[in-house]
Amino acid sequence: MSITVETYPTLREAASAMRDGTRFLGGGTMVVRGLNFGAQTYDRVVRSTDAALRDIRSDGTGLHIGAGVTMAQIMQTASTDFLAPVARAVGGPAVRNMATVGGNLFARAPYGDFGTALLALDATVQMADGQSLAIETFYAHRAGSRGLVAAVTVPRPASGAFRFAKITRTRPKGASLLCIAAHLPGGTRISGARLAFGAMGPTPLRAKEAEAALDGAALDPAGIQRALDTCLNGLDPQDDALASAWYRRAVAPVHLRRLLLGEET
Amino acid sequence: MPKTPIRFTLNGAETGVFANSGANLLDVLRREAGDLTPKQGCAQGGCGACSVMIDGELHLACLTLAETAEGRRIDTVASLETGARLHPLQKAFAEGFAAQCGFCSPGMIMAAKALLDTTPNPTREQVAEAISGNLCRCTGYEPIINAILTAAAELRGRGAA
Ligand SMILES: Cc1cc2nc3c(=O)[nH]c(=O)nc-3n(C[C@H](O)[C@H](O)[C@H](O)COP(=O)(O)OP(=O)(O)OC[C@H]3O[C@@H](n4cnc5c(N)ncnc54)[C@H](O)[C@@H]3O)c2cc1C
Repeated sequence: MSITVETYPTLREAASAMRDGTRFLGGGTMVVRGLNFGAQTYDRVVRSTDAALRDIRSDGTGLHIGAGVTMAQIMQTASTDFLAPVARAVGGPAVRNMATVGGNLFARAPYGDFGTALLALDATVQMADGQSLAIETFYAHRAGSRGLVAAVTVPRPASGAFRFAKITRTRPKGASLLCIAAHLPGGTRISGARLAFGAMGPTPLRAKEAEAALDGAALDPAGIQRALDTCLNGLDPQDDALASAWYRRAVAPVHLRRLLLGEET
Repeated sequence: MPKTPIRFTLNGAETGVFANSGANLLDVLRREAGDLTPKQGCAQGGCGACSVMIDGELHLACLTLAETAEGRRIDTVASLETGARLHPLQKAFAEGFAAQCGFCSPGMIMAAKALLDTTPNPTREQVAEAISGNLCRCTGYEPIINAILTAAAELRGRGAA
């Protein structure tokens, strides 16, 4: 198949060049992989050299992270320190130099670790056409989406309120059997918890019953029990080469318990 | 098939090629620029045999769209030796049995170089992390980790001299 590659100076121009059979190029770790095997459903690749895609800035409420920011950049930037453990969990060093935040939002399970963290943090997805979408809405409509992501905005969590665990078969690098991101505001009595699971459905998903069960709870064995009992509700894990859906269901509450109690996962 | 002209600096030399549109950088380096040191293992980012530096940063050439290399500085393992003199990493790999079949070595050495460029005195754990994207099916990794630590010590000694 003959491939066309188009480069635009601004994201807006790139966005208006999108149509069927076209993929936008982030870091290319998935797009170029598709091209290498020739089985892809696109023959046109659109990219943008817009410098704003690589911006990270803090404003009053939180952080603005351009869609073209890489995992390595997240690890090297002081203002994104709370996301560094998540970025470090994506692939190996070369992948992290390439993989972008925008691309991670479109990664299919078992990938999408960074997006899982953004879901737990109530991030907002800024589209190139100016629309802002709550990340949960973005994920719900991702399959049919052709719009380009310009950036995400992430409220900064209170120190220590954000936790992340990635469960893999190999270390230090491997794809998720599952990953869990937890935002646990409130200190001794949790209020407004967010629990997001990656690789437990086609997109990262929130465990909303478990979130509600943590309201007013303390992070001790008794306080978290109801959250553990309900955390699988609404999740939809799949079988893949790494693990069966059955296995993922069996171990998810165990890893959630360890994460909530601050034990090693 | 349409061809795209691409210019970059390869191992210090200005290089211009005509690439098939949509080709990856690994194909272009090997077929058009004639640098056979980066290898194609899996073509999906899983093995690291094609690891090269782009503007001093470790990248997988097989997942890099060739067009994005325009104007960039690309260094492969061929950039390391000066004439017949091997780089300390190459020497330590050869002497420490860190290369057996040798297929992973060019990528492995570039991953090691990326680490040592920023972390001259790494721990064993940092070395294991730095090569975690590179597969070796011969050595069991221990000789590779040892070789990287040996090369790091030699490079530090040079810096002090
Ligand atoms: C060896 C290997 C290991 C990996 N390990 C992990 C891992 O541990 N965890 C993990 O989460 N992922 C992993 N991945 C998957 C992938 O690298 C990451 O998810 C990465 O963040 C994808 O980003 P990208 O920029 O490379 O995406 P690309 O390949 O550039 O794009 C992926 C998809 O997103 C779309 N897209 C990209 N940017 C935008 C945008 N701004 N707006 C709209 N659409 C966009 C593209 O059109 C495409 O459909 C791995 C991949 C490889 C090859």
